[in-house]
Amino acid sequence: MEAISGTAFVVATIVKTLVFFVILLLGVALTTYMERKVAGFMQDRSGPNRVGPLGILQVMADGLKFILKEEVTPEAAHKRFFLLAPVLALFPATVLFGVIPLGSPLPTPWGRVDMIVADVPIGFLYVLGIASLAVYGVVMAGWSSNSKYSFLGGLRGSAQMISYEIGLAMSLVPVLMLAGNVEMPVLVSMQQSFAAGPGTYGVWFIFPLLLSGFFFLVSGLAETNRVPFDLPEAEAEIVGGYHTEYSSMKFGMFFLGEYFHLITTGALISVFFLGGWDIPFWRGDNIRVLADGTVIGDPAWWKTLLTMGAFTVKTTLLVVFFMFIRWTIPRFRYDQLMDLGWKVFLPALMLYIMLTAVAVFVLDRAQIVGPAFAGALFGLNLLLMLIFLYLLDRGRLVRGATAKTRAATAMEGD
Amino acid sequence: MPGDVRFVERPEAESSYVRAISQGLGITVRHFLRPDKPTQQYPDEKWELAPRWRGTHRMAVHEDGRAKCVGCGLCPTVCPVNCIKLIPAEDENGERYAAVYEIDEFRCIFCGFCQEVCPVEAIHLGVHYENAEYTRERWVYDLARLCENDHPVTALWDPADPSSE
Repeated sequence: MEAISGTAFVVATIVKTLVFFVILLLGVALTTYMERKVAGFMQDRSGPNRVGPLGILQVMADGLKFILKEEVTPEAAHKRFFLLAPVLALFPATVLFGVIPLGSPLPTPWGRVDMIVADVPIGFLYVLGIASLAVYGVVMAGWSSNSKYSFLGGLRGSAQMISYEIGLAMSLVPVLMLAGNVEMPVLVSMQQSFAAGPGTYGVWFIFPLLLSGFFFLVSGLAETNRVPFDLPEAEAEIVGGYHTEYSSMKFGMFFLGEYFHLITTGALISVFFLGGWDIPFWRGDNIRVLADGTVIGDPAWWKTLLTMGAFTVKTTLLVVFFMFIRWTIPRFRYDQLMDLGWKVFLPALMLYIMLTAVAVFVLDRAQIVGPAFAGALFGLNLLLMLIFLYLLDRGRLVRGATAKTRAATAMEGD
Repeated sequence: MPGDVRFVERPEAESSYVRAISQGLGITVRHFLRPDKPTQQYPDEKWELAPRWRGTHRMAVHEDGRAKCVGCGLCPTVCPVNCIKLIPAEDENGERYAAVYEIDEFRCIFCGFCQEVCPVEAIHLGVHYENAEYTRERWVYDLARLCENDHPVTALWDPADPSSE
Protein backbone atom coordinates (compact mmCIF):
# COMPACT_ATOMS: atom_id res chain seq x y z
CA MET A 1 0.00 0.00 0.00
CA GLU A 2 1.23 3.45 -0.92
CA ALA A 3 2.18 5.89 1.83
CA ILE A 4 -0.29 8.72 2.29
CA SER A 5 0.61 11.88 0.38
CA GLY A 6 -0.57 15.34 -0.64
CA THR A 7 -3.41 17.04 1.23
CA ALA A 8 -4.34 13.79 2.95
CA PHE A 9 -0.83 13.68 4.42
CA VAL A 10 -1.21 17.15 5.92
CA VAL A 11 -4.63 16.31 7.36
CA ALA A 12 -3.37 12.98 8.71
CA THR A 13 -0.38 14.66 10.35
CA ILE A 14 -2.53 17.30 12.01
CA VAL A 15 -4.95 14.66 13.29
CA LYS A 16 -2.08 12.48 14.52
CA THR A 17 -0.44 15.41 16.29
CA LEU A 18 -3.67 16.34 18.04
CA VAL A 19 -4.54 12.79 19.04
CA PHE A 20 -1.07 11.89 20.25
CA PHE A 21 -0.69 15.13 22.15
CA VAL A 22 -4.02 14.64 23.90
CA ILE A 23 -3.03 11.07 24.73
CA LEU A 24 0.28 12.31 26.11
CA LEU A 25 -1.41 15.01 28.19
CA LEU A 26 -3.93 12.56 29.58
CA GLY A 27 -1.10 10.15 30.24
CA VAL A 28 0.79 12.78 32.18
CA ALA A 29 -2.26 13.67 34.24
CA LEU A 30 -2.90 10.03 35.01
CA THR A 31 0.77 9.47 35.82
CA THR A 32 0.68 12.09 38.56
CA TYR A 33 -2.35 10.32 39.99
CA MET A 34 -0.70 6.94 39.55
CA GLU A 35 2.45 8.09 41.32
CA ARG A 36 0.46 9.13 44.36
CA LYS A 37 -1.47 5.88 44.33
CA VAL A 38 1.67 3.77 43.92
CA ALA A 39 3.47 5.69 46.64
CA GLY A 40 0.48 5.26 48.91
CA PHE A 41 0.17 1.55 48.31
CA MET A 42 3.87 1.00 48.86
CA GLN A 43 3.64 2.74 52.20
CA ASP A 44 0.50 0.84 53.24
CA ARG A 45 -1.68 3.89 52.67
CA SER A 46 -4.53 4.08 50.21
CA GLY A 47 -3.44 7.20 48.31
CA PRO A 48 -5.90 9.83 47.07
CA ASN A 49 -9.42 8.41 47.29
CA ARG A 50 -11.67 11.35 48.16
CA VAL A 51 -12.17 13.20 44.89
CA GLY A 52 -14.29 11.19 42.50
CA PRO A 53 -14.35 7.41 42.20
CA LEU A 54 -11.11 6.00 43.63
CA GLY A 55 -9.80 9.56 43.73
CA ILE A 56 -9.32 9.72 39.97
CA LEU A 57 -10.52 13.33 39.86
CA GLN A 58 -7.64 14.30 42.15
CA VAL A 59 -5.87 15.13 38.91
CA MET A 60 -8.44 17.85 38.16
CA ALA A 61 -8.33 19.15 41.70
CA ASP A 62 -4.53 19.41 41.52
CA GLY A 63 -4.63 21.17 38.18
CA LEU A 64 -7.28 23.59 39.38
CA LYS A 65 -5.22 24.34 42.45
CA PHE A 66 -2.15 25.08 40.36
CA ILE A 67 -4.11 27.57 38.29
CA LEU A 68 -5.92 29.24 41.19
CA LYS A 69 -2.85 29.78 43.37
CA GLU A 70 -1.37 33.25 43.54
CA GLU A 71 1.44 33.78 41.12
CA VAL A 72 4.50 35.45 42.59
CA THR A 73 7.33 36.72 40.44
CA PRO A 74 10.37 37.84 42.40
CA GLU A 75 11.14 41.53 41.92
CA ALA A 76 14.78 40.91 41.06
CA ALA A 77 14.10 38.03 38.68
CA HIS A 78 15.08 38.34 35.06
CA LYS A 79 11.50 38.40 33.88
CA ARG A 80 11.95 37.24 30.31
CA PHE A 81 14.03 34.18 31.16
CA PHE A 82 12.00 33.55 34.28
CA LEU A 83 8.96 33.16 32.04
CA LEU A 84 10.78 31.17 29.40
CA ALA A 85 12.27 28.56 31.76
CA PRO A 86 9.09 26.57 32.54
CA VAL A 87 8.30 26.43 28.83
CA LEU A 88 11.76 25.09 28.10
CA ALA A 89 11.31 22.50 30.83
CA LEU A 90 8.17 21.15 29.15
CA PHE A 91 9.16 21.57 25.54
CA PRO A 92 11.84 18.88 24.97
CA ALA A 93 9.91 16.00 26.47
CA THR A 94 6.84 16.99 24.47
CA VAL A 95 8.51 17.28 21.06
CA LEU A 96 10.51 14.11 21.69
CA PHE A 97 7.25 12.26 21.67
CA GLY A 98 6.79 13.25 18.03
CA VAL A 99 9.43 10.84 16.73
CA ILE A 100 8.34 7.82 18.71
CA PRO A 101 6.53 5.16 16.65
CA LEU A 102 3.42 4.29 18.62
CA GLY A 103 1.97 1.45 16.57
CA SER A 104 1.90 -0.45 13.31
CA PRO A 105 0.97 1.50 10.15
CA LEU A 106 -2.74 2.22 9.75
CA PRO A 107 -4.31 1.50 6.35
CA THR A 108 -6.81 4.15 5.23
CA PRO A 109 -8.66 4.68 1.94
CA TRP A 110 -6.20 7.45 1.16
CA GLY A 111 -3.06 5.41 1.79
CA ARG A 112 -0.95 4.05 4.62
CA VAL A 113 -0.54 6.24 7.70
CA ASP A 114 2.50 5.58 9.84
CA MET A 115 1.76 5.85 13.54
CA ILE A 116 4.49 8.38 14.14
CA VAL A 117 4.04 12.14 13.98
CA ALA A 118 7.35 12.92 12.35
CA ASP A 119 9.33 10.09 10.82
CA VAL A 120 12.54 12.09 10.72
CA PRO A 121 15.37 10.29 8.92
CA ILE A 122 17.83 11.23 11.69
CA GLY A 123 15.74 9.30 14.25
CA PHE A 124 17.45 9.07 17.52
CA LEU A 125 20.06 11.68 16.79
CA TYR A 126 17.08 14.01 17.02
CA VAL A 127 16.17 12.34 20.30
CA LEU A 128 19.61 12.94 21.76
CA GLY A 129 19.73 16.51 20.45
CA ILE A 130 16.35 17.50 21.84
CA ALA A 131 16.83 15.61 25.11
CA SER A 132 19.92 17.67 25.82
CA LEU A 133 17.85 20.86 25.52
CA ALA A 134 16.07 19.91 28.74
CA VAL A 135 18.99 21.24 30.72
CA TYR A 136 18.25 24.78 29.54
CA GLY A 137 14.97 24.85 31.42
CA VAL A 138 16.74 23.92 34.62
CA VAL A 139 19.71 26.21 34.32
CA MET A 140 17.62 29.13 33.09
CA ALA A 141 15.15 28.75 35.95
CA GLY A 142 17.99 28.61 38.44
CA TRP A 143 19.77 31.65 37.09
CA SER A 144 16.85 33.91 36.28
CA SER A 145 15.22 33.52 39.71
CA ASN A 146 18.04 35.59 41.15
CA SER A 147 18.08 33.49 44.30
CA LYS A 148 21.06 31.64 45.73
CA TYR A 149 19.08 28.50 46.36
CA SER A 150 17.65 28.40 42.87
CA PHE A 151 21.03 29.13 41.39
CA LEU A 152 22.75 26.31 43.26
CA GLY A 153 19.92 23.96 42.37
CA GLY A 154 20.20 24.97 38.73
CA LEU A 155 23.95 24.43 38.74
CA ARG A 156 23.58 21.02 40.29
CA GLY A 157 20.86 20.10 37.86
CA SER A 158 22.77 21.21 34.80
CA ALA A 159 25.97 19.47 35.89
CA GLN A 160 24.07 16.28 36.53
CA MET A 161 22.07 16.35 33.31
CA ILE A 162 25.10 17.10 31.17
CA SER A 163 27.04 14.29 32.84
CA TYR A 164 24.37 11.72 32.29
CA GLU A 165 23.67 12.78 28.74
CA ILE A 166 26.95 11.12 27.92
CA GLY A 167 25.73 7.90 29.43
CA LEU A 168 22.45 8.30 27.56
CA ALA A 169 24.12 8.85 24.21
CA MET A 170 26.85 6.26 24.61
CA SER A 171 24.51 3.52 25.73
CA LEU A 172 22.74 3.94 22.39
CA VAL A 173 25.88 3.33 20.34
CA PRO A 174 25.57 -0.47 20.61
CA VAL A 175 21.94 -0.16 19.51
CA LEU A 176 23.18 1.72 16.48
CA MET A 177 25.73 -1.03 15.78
CA LEU A 178 23.04 -3.67 15.79
CA ALA A 179 20.35 -1.77 13.94
CA GLY A 180 22.66 -0.14 11.44
CA ASN A 181 20.18 2.71 11.10
CA VAL A 182 18.98 5.65 13.18
CA GLU A 183 15.37 5.73 12.02
CA MET A 184 13.01 4.86 14.82
CA PRO A 185 10.61 2.63 12.81
CA VAL A 186 13.62 0.69 11.52
CA LEU A 187 14.80 0.20 15.09
CA VAL A 188 11.44 -1.35 15.92
CA SER A 189 11.38 -3.61 12.86
CA MET A 190 14.92 -4.81 13.55
CA GLN A 191 13.59 -6.30 16.77
CA GLN A 192 10.85 -8.23 14.97
CA SER A 193 11.09 -11.23 12.68
CA PHE A 194 9.82 -11.33 9.09
CA ALA A 195 9.36 -13.91 6.40
CA ALA A 196 10.85 -11.66 3.76
CA GLY A 197 13.14 -8.65 3.37
CA PRO A 198 16.59 -7.98 4.83
CA GLY A 199 17.57 -9.92 7.93
CA THR A 200 16.53 -8.82 11.42
CA TYR A 201 17.38 -10.04 14.90
CA GLY A 202 13.94 -11.26 15.88
CA VAL A 203 14.44 -10.46 19.57
CA TRP A 204 14.08 -7.32 21.61
CA PHE A 205 17.35 -5.46 21.98
CA ILE A 206 17.19 -5.77 25.76
CA PHE A 207 18.52 -9.32 25.33
CA PRO A 208 21.54 -8.83 23.08
CA LEU A 209 22.21 -5.42 24.67
CA LEU A 210 21.30 -6.02 28.30
CA LEU A 211 24.01 -3.85 29.75
CA SER A 212 23.23 -1.09 27.30
CA GLY A 213 19.62 -1.16 28.44
CA PHE A 214 20.71 -0.97 32.05
CA PHE A 215 22.93 2.06 31.41
CA PHE A 216 20.20 3.76 29.40
CA LEU A 217 17.68 3.15 32.16
CA VAL A 218 19.92 4.61 34.84
CA SER A 219 20.99 7.57 32.71
CA GLY A 220 17.37 8.15 31.78
CA LEU A 221 16.47 8.27 35.45
CA ALA A 222 19.22 10.81 36.00
CA GLU A 223 17.96 12.87 33.07
CA THR A 224 14.47 13.04 34.55
CA ASN A 225 15.94 14.29 37.84
CA ARG A 226 14.13 11.66 39.81
CA VAL A 227 15.20 9.71 42.85
CA PRO A 228 17.88 8.41 43.27
CA PHE A 229 19.22 11.29 41.17
CA ASP A 230 17.00 14.09 42.47
CA LEU A 231 19.88 16.22 43.67
CA PRO A 232 18.61 19.45 42.04
CA GLU A 233 15.95 19.48 44.73
CA ALA A 234 17.14 19.21 48.30
CA GLU A 235 14.95 20.73 50.99
CA ALA A 236 17.64 20.66 53.62
CA GLU A 237 20.30 22.39 51.53
CA ILE A 238 18.82 24.42 48.72
CA VAL A 239 15.11 24.61 49.56
CA GLY A 240 13.18 23.66 46.41
CA GLY A 241 16.17 23.75 44.08
CA TYR A 242 15.90 25.49 40.74
CA HIS A 243 12.15 26.05 41.05
CA THR A 244 12.24 27.56 44.54
CA GLU A 245 10.95 30.93 43.32
CA TYR A 246 8.23 29.55 41.08
CA SER A 247 4.63 29.46 42.10
CA SER A 248 1.24 28.66 40.68
CA MET A 249 1.07 27.15 37.19
CA LYS A 250 4.69 28.07 36.46
CA PHE A 251 5.72 25.64 39.16
CA GLY A 252 3.09 23.31 37.80
CA MET A 253 4.88 23.27 34.47
CA PHE A 254 8.12 22.12 36.09
CA PHE A 255 6.13 19.54 37.97
CA LEU A 256 4.40 18.31 34.82
CA GLY A 257 7.68 18.48 32.92
CA GLU A 258 9.04 15.79 35.21
CA TYR A 259 6.15 13.52 34.33
CA PHE A 260 6.40 14.32 30.62
CA HIS A 261 10.04 13.29 30.87
CA LEU A 262 9.11 10.17 32.74
CA ILE A 263 6.69 9.03 30.06
CA THR A 264 9.04 9.98 27.24
CA THR A 265 11.92 8.10 28.87
CA GLY A 266 9.69 5.08 29.31
CA ALA A 267 8.61 5.29 25.69
CA LEU A 268 12.21 5.62 24.48
CA ILE A 269 13.30 2.58 26.46
CA SER A 270 10.37 0.69 24.95
CA VAL A 271 11.43 1.62 21.43
CA PHE A 272 15.15 1.04 21.87
CA PHE A 273 15.14 -2.06 24.00
CA LEU A 274 11.67 -3.55 24.37
CA GLY A 275 10.67 -3.83 20.74
CA GLY A 276 8.59 -0.66 20.57
CA TRP A 277 5.03 -1.55 19.62
CA ASP A 278 5.91 -5.18 18.93
CA ILE A 279 3.61 -7.74 20.53
CA PRO A 280 5.77 -10.65 21.75
CA PHE A 281 5.25 -14.22 20.49
CA TRP A 282 2.97 -13.12 17.66
CA ARG A 283 4.11 -12.54 14.13
CA GLY A 284 0.85 -11.11 12.83
CA ASP A 285 1.71 -7.62 14.05
CA ASN A 286 5.14 -7.58 12.44
CA ILE A 287 4.72 -4.99 9.73
CA ARG A 288 7.62 -3.23 8.16
CA VAL A 289 8.10 -0.58 5.54
CA LEU A 290 11.32 -0.88 3.59
CA ALA A 291 13.27 2.13 2.34
CA ASP A 292 11.89 1.65 -1.20
CA GLY A 293 8.31 1.73 0.08
CA THR A 294 7.50 -1.99 -0.01
CA VAL A 295 5.35 -3.10 2.90
CA ILE A 296 6.03 -6.50 4.45
CA GLY A 297 3.19 -7.96 6.52
CA ASP A 298 -0.38 -6.83 6.16
CA PRO A 299 -1.57 -3.76 8.10
CA ALA A 300 -5.04 -3.61 9.60
CA TRP A 301 -6.74 -1.06 11.80
CA TRP A 302 -7.21 -3.51 14.66
CA LYS A 303 -3.52 -4.38 14.53
CA THR A 304 -2.72 -0.70 14.87
CA LEU A 305 -4.92 -0.48 17.96
CA LEU A 306 -3.44 -3.66 19.44
CA THR A 307 0.14 -2.57 18.88
CA MET A 308 -0.59 0.86 20.34
CA GLY A 309 -2.01 -0.96 23.34
CA ALA A 310 1.15 -3.05 23.62
CA PHE A 311 3.27 0.07 23.46
CA THR A 312 1.16 1.72 26.17
CA VAL A 313 1.47 -1.32 28.39
CA LYS A 314 5.26 -1.39 28.02
CA THR A 315 5.60 2.31 28.71
CA THR A 316 3.24 2.15 31.67
CA LEU A 317 5.11 -0.76 33.21
CA LEU A 318 8.37 1.13 32.85
CA VAL A 319 6.83 4.22 34.42
CA VAL A 320 5.57 2.10 37.31
CA PHE A 321 9.04 0.63 37.62
CA PHE A 322 10.48 4.17 37.83
CA MET A 323 7.97 4.89 40.57
CA PHE A 324 9.00 1.80 42.48
CA ILE A 325 12.59 2.95 42.25
CA ARG A 326 11.66 6.42 43.41
CA TRP A 327 9.89 5.18 46.51
CA THR A 328 12.49 2.54 47.36
CA ILE A 329 15.98 3.83 46.80
CA PRO A 330 17.61 6.56 48.87
CA ARG A 331 19.33 9.27 46.87
CA PHE A 332 23.02 9.36 46.08
CA ARG A 333 25.34 11.86 47.63
CA TYR A 334 26.39 14.48 45.13
CA ASP A 335 29.95 13.19 44.81
CA GLN A 336 28.68 9.65 44.34
CA LEU A 337 26.39 10.90 41.60
CA MET A 338 29.26 12.52 39.75
CA ASP A 339 31.57 9.55 40.38
CA LEU A 340 28.99 7.18 39.01
CA GLY A 341 28.56 9.26 35.89
CA TRP A 342 32.16 10.05 35.05
CA LYS A 343 34.25 7.38 36.76
CA VAL A 344 31.97 4.40 36.35
CA PHE A 345 29.55 4.84 33.48
CA LEU A 346 31.86 6.58 31.04
CA PRO A 347 34.74 4.08 31.20
CA ALA A 348 32.38 1.12 31.53
CA LEU A 349 30.45 2.25 28.48
CA MET A 350 33.61 2.83 26.45
CA LEU A 351 34.76 -0.67 27.28
CA TYR A 352 31.34 -2.04 26.56
CA ILE A 353 31.14 -0.33 23.16
CA MET A 354 34.53 -1.72 22.27
CA LEU A 355 33.60 -5.24 23.36
CA THR A 356 30.31 -5.06 21.49
CA ALA A 357 32.07 -3.83 18.38
CA VAL A 358 34.54 -6.70 18.55
CA ALA A 359 31.77 -9.19 19.18
CA VAL A 360 29.71 -7.85 16.28
CA PHE A 361 32.75 -8.00 14.02
CA VAL A 362 33.62 -11.58 15.03
CA LEU A 363 30.02 -12.77 14.70
CA ASP A 364 29.74 -11.09 11.30
CA ARG A 365 32.89 -12.82 10.13
CA ALA A 366 31.62 -16.14 11.45
CA GLN A 367 28.53 -15.66 9.25
CA ILE A 368 26.19 -15.88 12.22
CA VAL A 369 22.97 -13.94 11.64
CA GLY A 370 19.54 -13.30 13.10
CA PRO A 371 18.50 -14.83 16.44
CA ALA A 372 21.73 -16.83 16.76
CA PHE A 373 23.67 -13.56 16.52
CA ALA A 374 21.46 -12.05 19.20
CA GLY A 375 21.81 -15.13 21.35
CA ALA A 376 25.59 -15.02 21.27
CA LEU A 377 25.54 -11.34 22.20
CA PHE A 378 23.08 -12.09 24.99
CA GLY A 379 25.52 -14.58 26.47
CA LEU A 380 28.30 -12.03 26.37
CA ASN A 381 26.05 -9.39 27.94
CA LEU A 382 24.93 -11.66 30.73
CA LEU A 383 28.56 -12.27 31.62
CA LEU A 384 29.44 -8.57 31.49
CA MET A 385 26.34 -7.67 33.51
CA LEU A 386 27.30 -10.12 36.24
CA ILE A 387 30.83 -8.75 36.41
CA PHE A 388 29.54 -5.17 36.50
CA LEU A 389 26.97 -5.87 39.19
CA TYR A 390 29.55 -7.77 41.23
CA LEU A 391 31.92 -4.80 41.18
CA LEU A 392 29.10 -2.34 41.84
CA ASP A 393 27.84 -4.40 44.74
CA ARG A 394 31.17 -4.73 46.50
CA GLY A 395 31.37 -1.02 47.14
CA ARG A 396 34.26 -0.55 44.75
CA LEU A 397 32.48 1.58 42.21
CA VAL A 398 30.19 3.64 44.42
CA ARG A 399 32.23 4.20 47.52
CA GLY A 400 31.03 5.35 50.91
CA ALA A 401 32.22 8.58 52.48
CA THR A 402 34.50 6.75 54.91
CA ALA A 403 36.55 5.05 52.26
CA LYS A 404 36.96 8.37 50.46
CA THR A 405 37.99 10.38 53.48
CA ARG A 406 40.31 7.57 54.49
CA ALA A 407 41.97 7.62 51.11
CA ALA A 408 42.30 11.41 51.17
CA THR A 409 43.80 11.35 54.64
CA ALA A 410 46.22 8.62 53.69
CA MET A 411 47.45 10.76 50.83
CA GLU A 412 48.10 13.68 53.14
CA GLY A 413 50.26 11.34 55.24
CA ASP A 414 47.81 11.50 58.23
CA MET B 1 41.89 15.56 59.88
CA PRO B 2 40.87 18.04 62.54
CA GLY B 3 39.59 16.70 65.84
CA ASP B 4 39.00 13.09 66.70
CA VAL B 5 37.15 11.68 63.78
CA ARG B 6 36.51 8.04 64.30
CA PHE B 7 36.37 5.95 61.17
CA VAL B 8 33.95 3.07 61.21
CA GLU B 9 35.52 0.53 58.95
CA ARG B 10 33.15 -1.45 56.83
CA PRO B 11 34.74 -4.36 54.97
CA GLU B 12 34.38 -3.97 51.25
CA ALA B 13 32.97 -7.46 50.91
CA GLU B 14 30.12 -6.58 53.26
CA SER B 15 29.15 -3.32 51.67
CA SER B 16 26.44 -3.83 49.15
CA TYR B 17 24.52 -1.74 46.71
CA VAL B 18 22.85 -4.06 44.26
CA ARG B 19 21.82 -6.63 46.85
CA ALA B 20 20.53 -3.99 49.22
CA ILE B 21 18.49 -2.34 46.49
CA SER B 22 17.01 -5.61 45.29
CA GLN B 23 16.07 -6.36 48.87
CA GLY B 24 14.50 -2.92 49.22
CA LEU B 25 12.55 -3.32 46.00
CA GLY B 26 11.32 -6.67 47.27
CA ILE B 27 10.01 -5.05 50.42
CA THR B 28 8.24 -2.22 48.61
CA VAL B 29 6.70 -4.60 46.09
CA ARG B 30 5.44 -6.78 48.91
CA HIS B 31 3.82 -3.81 50.60
CA PHE B 32 2.44 -2.58 47.28
CA LEU B 33 0.65 -5.89 46.74
CA ARG B 34 -0.67 -6.07 50.29
CA PRO B 35 -4.44 -5.73 49.99
CA ASP B 36 -5.23 -4.71 53.56
CA LYS B 37 -4.41 -1.10 54.27
CA PRO B 38 -4.50 -0.14 57.93
CA THR B 39 -5.82 3.31 57.01
CA GLN B 40 -9.13 4.15 58.61
CA GLN B 41 -11.37 6.08 56.22
CA TYR B 42 -12.05 8.56 58.99
CA PRO B 43 -15.13 10.64 58.27
CA ASP B 44 -16.89 7.61 56.79
CA GLU B 45 -15.59 5.17 59.31
CA LYS B 46 -15.48 6.41 62.88
CA TRP B 47 -13.16 5.35 65.57
CA GLU B 48 -14.65 3.10 68.20
CA LEU B 49 -13.96 4.77 71.53
CA ALA B 50 -13.29 2.97 74.76
CA PRO B 51 -16.08 3.26 77.37
CA ARG B 52 -13.63 5.04 79.67
CA TRP B 53 -12.63 7.60 77.04
CA ARG B 54 -12.63 11.04 78.64
CA GLY B 55 -13.90 13.67 76.27
CA THR B 56 -15.99 16.85 76.34
CA HIS B 57 -18.57 17.24 79.08
CA ARG B 58 -22.23 16.56 79.19
CA MET B 59 -24.78 17.47 81.86
CA ALA B 60 -27.38 14.94 82.91
CA VAL B 61 -30.95 16.27 82.87
CA HIS B 62 -34.23 15.45 84.63
CA GLU B 63 -37.13 14.17 82.58
CA ASP B 64 -38.55 17.67 82.31
CA GLY B 65 -35.30 18.94 80.83
CA ARG B 66 -33.88 20.71 83.90
CA ALA B 67 -30.20 20.13 84.60
CA LYS B 68 -29.58 17.74 87.48
CA CYS B 69 -26.97 20.12 88.92
CA VAL B 70 -27.81 21.35 92.43
CA GLY B 71 -25.11 24.01 92.52
CA CYS B 72 -23.25 22.46 95.45
CA GLY B 73 -19.94 23.91 94.24
CA LEU B 74 -17.91 20.74 94.60
CA CYS B 75 -16.83 20.55 90.96
CA PRO B 76 -15.31 24.06 90.71
CA THR B 77 -13.57 23.36 94.00
CA VAL B 78 -12.07 20.06 92.92
CA CYS B 79 -11.22 21.17 89.39
CA PRO B 80 -7.42 21.31 89.22
CA VAL B 81 -7.35 23.87 86.42
CA ASN B 82 -10.28 26.05 87.47
CA CYS B 83 -12.15 25.62 84.24
CA ILE B 84 -15.64 25.43 85.75
CA LYS B 85 -17.54 28.62 86.49
CA LEU B 86 -20.57 28.06 88.75
CA ILE B 87 -22.97 30.66 90.19
CA PRO B 88 -25.60 28.85 92.25
CA ALA B 89 -29.11 30.14 92.89
CA GLU B 90 -32.23 29.03 94.74
CA ASP B 91 -35.74 28.79 93.32
CA GLU B 92 -39.04 29.59 95.11
CA ASN B 93 -39.23 26.01 96.46
CA GLY B 94 -35.85 26.41 98.11
CA GLU B 95 -34.17 24.08 95.63
CA ARG B 96 -30.67 25.06 94.55
CA TYR B 97 -29.77 25.13 90.90
CA ALA B 98 -26.93 26.46 88.75
CA ALA B 99 -27.79 29.93 87.48
CA VAL B 100 -24.56 30.04 85.51
CA TYR B 101 -22.59 26.91 84.70
CA GLU B 102 -19.79 27.19 82.19
CA ILE B 103 -16.91 24.90 81.38
CA ASP B 104 -13.95 26.18 79.43
CA GLU B 105 -13.06 23.11 77.41
CA PHE B 106 -9.83 24.69 76.25
CA ARG B 107 -8.62 24.82 79.81
CA CYS B 108 -10.03 21.47 80.88
CA ILE B 109 -7.54 18.64 81.24
CA PHE B 110 -10.26 15.96 81.21
CA CYS B 111 -9.19 14.48 84.53
CA GLY B 112 -12.75 13.49 85.37
CA PHE B 113 -12.61 14.77 88.97
CA CYS B 114 -15.83 16.77 88.45
CA GLN B 115 -17.72 13.65 87.47
CA GLU B 116 -16.24 11.71 90.36
CA VAL B 117 -17.04 14.35 92.96
CA CYS B 118 -20.58 15.20 91.82
CA PRO B 119 -23.04 14.06 94.53
CA VAL B 120 -26.04 13.95 92.18
CA GLU B 121 -24.28 12.51 89.09
CA ALA B 122 -25.07 15.60 87.06
CA ILE B 123 -21.80 16.56 85.31
CA HIS B 124 -20.12 13.90 83.25
CA LEU B 125 -17.28 13.59 80.83
CA GLY B 126 -18.41 12.25 77.48
CA VAL B 127 -17.22 9.59 75.09
CA HIS B 128 -16.77 12.09 72.30
CA TYR B 129 -13.98 13.76 70.40
CA GLU B 130 -15.22 15.74 67.39
CA ASN B 131 -15.05 19.21 68.94
CA ALA B 132 -13.89 21.49 66.15
CA GLU B 133 -15.29 25.04 66.32
CA TYR B 134 -14.91 28.16 64.24
CA THR B 135 -14.39 30.56 67.18
CA ARG B 136 -12.69 30.35 70.53
CA GLU B 137 -15.85 31.49 72.33
CA ARG B 138 -17.66 28.40 71.18
CA TRP B 139 -15.27 26.36 73.28
CA VAL B 140 -16.78 27.67 76.53
CA TYR B 141 -19.75 25.38 76.97
CA ASP B 142 -22.66 26.94 78.86
CA LEU B 143 -25.33 25.04 80.71
CA ALA B 144 -27.73 24.80 77.77
CA ARG B 145 -25.01 23.39 75.54
CA LEU B 146 -23.92 20.91 78.20
CA CYS B 147 -27.52 19.71 78.59
CA GLU B 148 -27.94 19.42 74.83
CA ASN B 149 -24.96 17.11 74.42
CA ASP B 150 -26.21 13.59 74.00
CA HIS B 151 -23.07 11.52 73.49
CA PRO B 152 -22.53 8.59 75.87
CA VAL B 153 -21.08 9.44 79.26
CA THR B 154 -17.71 8.22 80.41
CA ALA B 155 -17.45 5.23 82.68
CA LEU B 156 -14.90 6.45 85.18
CA TRP B 157 -14.19 2.98 86.37
CA ASP B 158 -14.82 -0.48 85.10
CA PRO B 159 -18.20 -1.55 86.54
CA ALA B 160 -16.95 -5.13 86.81
CA ASP B 161 -13.95 -3.98 88.78
CA PRO B 162 -14.96 -0.89 90.80
CA SER B 163 -11.81 -0.67 92.85
CA SER B 164 -9.61 -0.93 89.74
CA GLU B 165 -7.67 -3.92 90.86
